Amino acid sequence: MLSGLLLGSLLLLCPDAALHAQKPLVNMPAPLFVRTDLQGQRIDMKTLHGKVILLNFWATWCGPCRVELPQFQAWQNQYGSAGLQVVTVSMDDDEQPIRAAVRKMGLNLPVIHGDDKLGTLYGGILGLPVTFLIDRQGRIVERREGAANLPDMERKVQQLLARH
Amino acid sequence: MQIRRRNLFFISSALFLYGLISFQIPIRAQMFGGTSGLSAFSIPQTNLIQPDALNQLLQGKAAARPTILQVGSHMMYSEAHIPGSIYAGPGAESAGLDLLASKVAKLKKTDSIVIYCGCCPWGHCPNVGPAFKKLHDMGFTHVKVLYLANNFGDDWVNRGYRVEQGQ
Repeated sequence: MLSGLLLGSLLLLCPDAALHAQKPLVNMPAPLFVRTDLQGQRIDMKTLHGKVILLNFWATWCGPCRVELPQFQAWQNQYGSAGLQVVTVSMDDDEQPIRAAVRKMGLNLPVIHGDDKLGTLYGGILGLPVTFLIDRQGRIVERREGAANLPDMERKVQQLLARH
Repeated sequence: MQIRRRNLFFISSALFLYGLISFQIPIRAQMFGGTSGLSAFSIPQTNLIQPDALNQLLQGKAAARPTILQVGSHMMYSEAHIPGSIYAGPGAESAGLDLLASKVAKLKKTDSIVIYCGCCPWGHCPNVGPAFKKLHDMGFTHVKVLYLANNFGDDWVNRGYRVEQGQ
């Protein structure tokens, strides 16, 4: 946990950090953040410990992202009671298209309007979509880029939910 | 006789494959087209520049360096961009194309320009196709598009090429 916080702080403080390869952060504690989502709810990653977190970075202009999101909503509905929490971060520049897309897709997931700092905190989000799977201990198990293999991702989510 | 038949078989197979590939390219362009309808696949191969070639240009003489414009997400530009590149608005939006036009307003039509995005896999990028067309329609004759197969992170940053951060 401490190393995750330390890395997050270093990434924010050191502008040269992103001059090198993106950092996948796999097997490391998920960097903590507190943000308010578009519905005005406070999202504190620390309070989500004990849950399996699917953290998805997306944007309205990203075709593969628009395919994944309804599936993530379905998983939240199906596995929420088993301990899954989906958190999404839109990397759109403006908020209005995000709200319109959320309405159109009928999402009731937490949607955070991201920024470059949050992207850098998570190792550099320089291409979408990107999804992190985080276990109940708050450790990043996987970072998946590009159009996801959804059946495979669902199996992984099920495995993580089965671990206590 | 048998050799002739074999040659004929190889030639016809080659022609069939060529036809199949030629047919597939426009189909793929339509399938993966961006929201504006102009896919990255609409850009001629001769107008593409590979990351290693651009990186070499950047390390060469300053006079040989092209004007580099990022035509995608401003948030991603802030996270990391090619040193010296200018943010020129998302090509998929009309406001973005207006910003692009303003950024090149003082350039000569023969100046070398490289545009790039890298927001998502090449076939899904909604920005580079319309931005390339805009510059072409404005009369720019030396425009290249940086070919980023997966995204800017994978195909530029992770290859160790330099980037800058900030607005």
